[in-house]
Amino acid sequence: MSAAPQKARAGAEKIDVIVSAVVPLNELVTRFEFTRADDKAFPPFSAGAHTVVEMRDGDRLRLNPYSLMSDPADSSLYAISVRRDDAGRGGSLFMHRSVKVGDRMKISYPVNLFPLDLRGRKHVFLAGGIGITPFMAMIAHLERMGGAWELHYACRNEALGTYVDQLTSRYPNKVHVYFDDRNQAIALEDLLDGQPLGTHVYVCGPKGMIDWVHATAAAHGWPDENVHSEEFLAPQPGKPFEVRLCRSDITIQVGESESLLEAMERCGVDAPFLCRGGACGQCETDVIEADGTFVHRDHWLDDEDHTSGKKIMPCVSRFVGKSLVLDR
Amino acid sequence: MTKFQFPESIRSRPVYGTLEPRPGKAHLMIADAEGAEALLDLATREARLFAQGHIIYIPKTTGETYTQRLRDLGPAQFHVGPTYEASVPRIRRVLSDAHMGLQVYLAGTEGLMGQAQNEAMQAGIPHSAIQTEHRGSVARRMQCVHCKGITEDVVTDPFVCSHCGLNLFVRDHYSRRLAAFQGVCIDAEDPGNLPDPVELYT
Repeated sequence: MSAAPQKARAGAEKIDVIVSAVVPLNELVTRFEFTRADDKAFPPFSAGAHTVVEMRDGDRLRLNPYSLMSDPADSSLYAISVRRDDAGRGGSLFMHRSVKVGDRMKISYPVNLFPLDLRGRKHVFLAGGIGITPFMAMIAHLERMGGAWELHYACRNEALGTYVDQLTSRYPNKVHVYFDDRNQAIALEDLLDGQPLGTHVYVCGPKGMIDWVHATAAAHGWPDENVHSEEFLAPQPGKPFEVRLCRSDITIQVGESESLLEAMERCGVDAPFLCRGGACGQCETDVIEADGTFVHRDHWLDDEDHTSGKKIMPCVSRFVGKSLVLDR
Repeated sequence: MTKFQFPESIRSRPVYGTLEPRPGKAHLMIADAEGAEALLDLATREARLFAQGHIIYIPKTTGETYTQRLRDLGPAQFHVGPTYEASVPRIRRVLSDAHMGLQVYLAGTEGLMGQAQNEAMQAGIPHSAIQTEHRGSVARRMQCVHCKGITEDVVTDPFVCSHCGLNLFVRDHYSRRLAAFQGVCIDAEDPGNLPDPVELYT
């Protein structure tokens, strides 16, 4: 047991904030800026960090992670940019439709699962769509410390090119934009070729793009340690199932459109979590007994863990079968 | 047999593997003495690596035993140096000109692998991405924790620091930055009262 004070509840500590600005950027993306309700300075964050935003949507509590995209040196505000997902579970729609300037909200302390490796000699950023957000903070950080960077940013079209104008006017020689509707694409192989020793590449975007960058870099002899990625998964709906939580001594029902983690929270179980997107590993839970098949969707457990049937990440993974008993 | 299986030890102690061919744009291979055998074994698994390979080899006491066989692998560049120290400027130049996609293979004694790994790390390659394979002598590069002097090729425990003359105990505590194990005075409380030196790993 460490000497550090133990947290009373799961997840990162919360900050009470007031929505200070709601800035629509294009048809799909809106920026939300927060100031602290107590007028103190925000805790400093490292570029690449995210915050988990608490949304009180009627009697439903939604918790969604968003990358902090404001300048890490500015402790007076935190900003996130949210892409509206009409087919999603409703968190982004709630942000777009219901959150207004002056609203009080709770957001978590920043957590960084996608940090810059500051030993790097050069940083190459590859963004796909809304994946631009963590790079906004990373660029601000590297500009201040004089770090070498370049950005390759793929967008669907000019109208949906979030922050394209701002980036290209500020950093015309470092920002390269590719529009799908003009058949422009990142020439990844050429880009990886000839980078100086000690270059790190960071990718944030859809899963296909992340896999493509990892596979291409590995084929070009890049060490895994130099290739960084972040993808938050949203929990996918699935068949309802029943779970016995033996430490809490209750049996709960996981509904079709909620995650196992959300069902535990709804039933008053204080389960650990941080990212809620299958990336951080915080919610890892031991399986005591299972008769059925797991639907693992996380990036945290390795293949061996997935096939062992001994562990599950309740934030994104589900279960199909007769019975499941967890150590929680 | 030039392979030696080091017994399991503390976390600090480096663990070496077996060189395996990896995809890359260029391949830098640095070896000393019997480390040549690891490169010859690597060639049996993927001979084509050597067309984009640069071998820097320090034969030490093996003389001409391996040099012709290494040359026959057909590396793009082949350099035989008298000592590791003499090859350092060449290693630094190669690394400063290198790009991402370079693979580094180190083979031979711990002193050579540790120091060459340090050069590659300083050039920006993560230590975990640098391959190593131990061959030959189990001699160690030791740092005296008292005077900070380095004694090369230590084969007995305890040994005498070549700088300050203290009797030093050979520890498994290793520094990647110094590429050396730590040697600690063994008779500080009762000078002169020390065990007979024994050869390492006997």
